[in-house]
Amino acid sequence: MAHSYTPGLKVTAFTTLRRERKLPLPGDVLVKVGQRVAASDVVARTQLPGNVQAVNVANLLGVLPEDVEEFLTKPVGSAVDKGEVFAESKSFFGLFRSKCHAPVKGTIESVSKVTGQVLLREEPIPVEVDAYVDGTIVEVHPRSGVTVETRGAFIQGIFGVGGETAGELHVSVSGPQEPLEERSIDAACRGKVVVGGAYVTTAVLRKAIAQGVKAVVIGGFDDHDLRQLLGYDLGVAITGSEELGITLIVTEGFGSIPMATRTFDLLRSCEGRHVSVSGATQIRAGVQRPEIVAPDPEGAGAREAAHDSVEGGMKPGDTVRVIRQPYFGRIGKVTALPPELWPLETEAKVRVLEVDFGNGSRTLLPRANVEMIES
Amino acid sequence: MSTIDPEKLNSILATDCGSTTTKAVLIERRGSEYRLIVRGEAPTTVEAPFEDVTRGVLNAIMEVEELAGRKILDGERIITPQHGTEGVDLYISTSSAGGGLQMMVSGVVKSMTGESAQRAALGAGAIVMDVIASNDGRLPHEKIKRIRHLRPDMILLSGGVDGGTTSHVAEMAELLAAADPKARLGAGYELPVIYAGNKDAVEIVKERLGKKVALTITENLRPVLERENLGPARDKIHDMFMEHVMAHAPGYRKLMTWSPVPIMPTPGAVGLIIETIAREEKITVIGVDIGGATTDVFSVFQGVFNRTVSANLGMSYSVSNVLVEAGLANILRWVPFEIEERDLRNRIKNKMIRPTTIPQSLEELIIEQAIAREALRLAFEQHKSLAVGLKGVQQERTISDTFEQTASGETLVRLDHLDLLVGSGGVLSHAPRRAQAALMMLDAFLPEHVTELAVDSIFMAPQLGVLSTVHPRAAKEVFEKDCLVRLGSAVAPVGPGRDGVTALSVTLEMPGGKREEFSVPYGYIRLLPLELGETAKATLRPEKGLDVGEGKGKERVVTLKGGVVGLMFDARGRQPFKLPEDRLARIAKLNQWNEALAIYPPRDAAKVSVAELRPVEARA
Repeated sequence: MAHSYTPGLKVTAFTTLRRERKLPLPGDVLVKVGQRVAASDVVARTQLPGNVQAVNVANLLGVLPEDVEEFLTKPVGSAVDKGEVFAESKSFFGLFRSKCHAPVKGTIESVSKVTGQVLLREEPIPVEVDAYVDGTIVEVHPRSGVTVETRGAFIQGIFGVGGETAGELHVSVSGPQEPLEERSIDAACRGKVVVGGAYVTTAVLRKAIAQGVKAVVIGGFDDHDLRQLLGYDLGVAITGSEELGITLIVTEGFGSIPMATRTFDLLRSCEGRHVSVSGATQIRAGVQRPEIVAPDPEGAGAREAAHDSVEGGMKPGDTVRVIRQPYFGRIGKVTALPPELWPLETEAKVRVLEVDFGNGSRTLLPRANVEMIES
Repeated sequence: MSTIDPEKLNSILATDCGSTTTKAVLIERRGSEYRLIVRGEAPTTVEAPFEDVTRGVLNAIMEVEELAGRKILDGERIITPQHGTEGVDLYISTSSAGGGLQMMVSGVVKSMTGESAQRAALGAGAIVMDVIASNDGRLPHEKIKRIRHLRPDMILLSGGVDGGTTSHVAEMAELLAAADPKARLGAGYELPVIYAGNKDAVEIVKERLGKKVALTITENLRPVLERENLGPARDKIHDMFMEHVMAHAPGYRKLMTWSPVPIMPTPGAVGLIIETIAREEKITVIGVDIGGATTDVFSVFQGVFNRTVSANLGMSYSVSNVLVEAGLANILRWVPFEIEERDLRNRIKNKMIRPTTIPQSLEELIIEQAIAREALRLAFEQHKSLAVGLKGVQQERTISDTFEQTASGETLVRLDHLDLLVGSGGVLSHAPRRAQAALMMLDAFLPEHVTELAVDSIFMAPQLGVLSTVHPRAAKEVFEKDCLVRLGSAVAPVGPGRDGVTALSVTLEMPGGKREEFSVPYGYIRLLPLELGETAKATLRPEKGLDVGEGKGKERVVTLKGGVVGLMFDARGRQPFKLPEDRLARIAKLNQWNEALAIYPPRDAAKVSVAELRPVEARA
């Protein structure tokens, strides 16, 4: 039988993690291999070329494109101020003048003899890249960035919004079933990454934003609330650039769904640690899931690392979670993997597996609708 | 490929790496004809943790091995050529994984060369991210910002007829040079740019762009205003796709070494097979391929092939975008039971974040098919707006044309002239009952007068498209015998009517001489079984104000083709097609239509679903 499985999300107490931190354009790398860095340290810096404004000088002055350069008041490469005259023509014995004023502050980049356009380049835009996680520089990519390595706990969510941030991890609920309520968010949460249980609403998130919470990690969230939070309906799952004042990481899915016990327990074991989080999610073309990284240089969690893999084929005894209705969110043990196709209620014939949800009764489910999780 | 001798091919293995699933088919020569033997599939593995497309390909092939009971793989190598019962003679593949081919195109006038460039890119199988043109209403700096931001896989630059002005082309090249665009997949290679514009501007374009991008020059795609020449640009796009884009996607470099035939973008391959059917049968065709991420629509009208891709309309990755673009009300209008908005929204988003799941309950299937109707409808709307005649061309008019004020640039897609509608893609091909696919297509496309419906049975049009480049006969044989499933003819009178009042009277001369006479009331649909391969002579008598192709109230005699569903007499209304606004009346109407075509199991879907509706668990 061919493999059939949905790879689960990574939830591990101890792993070695590398993150590339790259500039969008070549620039300066500010750190060296072996150097220890904090999440907020700037590791590389560059300047993006400014925007370009095209001015059709030939049309404005009424001259031929090939002659435009003659009418420039400053040579190509010169700096110009906003409103400054950078080209002018004289006619009728110098009585009438046509002038071109620079629409922006910048430099004269080029002149086209074909179109008569002059391109003005605006001031460069500075860009900095930080280390994102507490760790060590293990590689320097000359002029483009670095690779930071860290060791510690690593938890992937299924969906997130908001960019990278960091803060002290704080669990605000007593168990994975418990929703995150407004009363749990107070001034003590300022600057922290707050962990809730099964569910959070936009109202609670708004309070968290007001209290200066850096990020919220939760089991489930309603799409209805997501729309309220973003101010629009999310069509394509490419996130991470939202400016919401908070990063939200959903570990299980949409709806009210208790956080997986293992995920919750691991997060609870990281209470008080300085963690880095990213809400960036992309489900197509280079999948990217939101993440929580809790560096642990001492390696206290290392002994747990042995049973961390959930990849590979599925077998009886494995623990799975159902990821589609009508049993969405339930966790059970695989009891059989029949090789033949089985009909569903829809009359579709598919590969199935038999699962025991812990009540002794056995249920057949499409293999496509479960994901493996660690027991 | 010149190195492949089609006559020596006894077995062909073909894969299609979709964004969600990798499908493999095994085709063998049986006697004098080629037939499909088995089909296997596995999840596509372009994404983490595998990041190697060949893993999914091998898994799909392993399933083929298992089902066919023969060895094809030697470890991770495909055995070629075939030795005895081991291996295959040829391996070929198509791909749309990793987001497919994403392009930006540019022309001088948006509605002329801009649109021609867009058609060339779409025809080659690309997703067009934006069309930049001199007159697109954006300021130069806005265009530059947009070009920088997009990070396409490739750019097609066109503009100007041969011998025309070069300054606008130069201007576009200058903007491109100023933007200094970067390719989507990493900074490790130069962005491929294809120039297919005014030949007099070639030197200018070379001078402006030659040092900044990987520039390729090909023939002008609009050499004169009255004619498009899209072939050379399309071919160049395919070449560049292989050389630059595929080579940088995870695992593709390895996959490319497995096949002697270039890997083709999936939509390009589907287009090839649709074009072949239209040409050989001399008919008008619309084909649709609804995937997880994108929906492609192909059409051939007046001998002109058109393809569009709706990049963000699909049933898994893009399912949430169907909700955004169609609106919740439009999806809900197809659901024949009550469902809470909050619940439906969460279900759709959960499908988006876990795109490989499948509907287990009937209720989930019905919801998915409701979403599919809207995705298909929206994709078809986009297609109609792009599949148009050349704009900017003066037309000669006769006296009869003066009554029909057709402007240049009118859509070529005429539903009243459509002969064959072919559906493909998981939600149509894998619909548990074929009648479900038929009704989804009727609802989404609203074909008029008389149209034959078909589905690509097991979704193998992409593989057959690429096979047609090597072995056209094998591709055609398998397409006709194993791929295309003819569902039957649909008859749909056009015009307004009153619910329950007779709209159409029909006399059918069935095979064996039996006569059937019946009428269909307005607002109803009726199914009459007629086996695959059989035909019936039909005399259609529409009521006053309704038209089945001969004019309002005029009788039409036509031969209807049978199929696995049968003959569908759809008097639910065209121009307008309206669903009742009252919620309960709408649900009743949907159930009535569903029952007429027996599209769901005998249990009453609505009652069962309402009774068994399970909200997301553990809501506090």
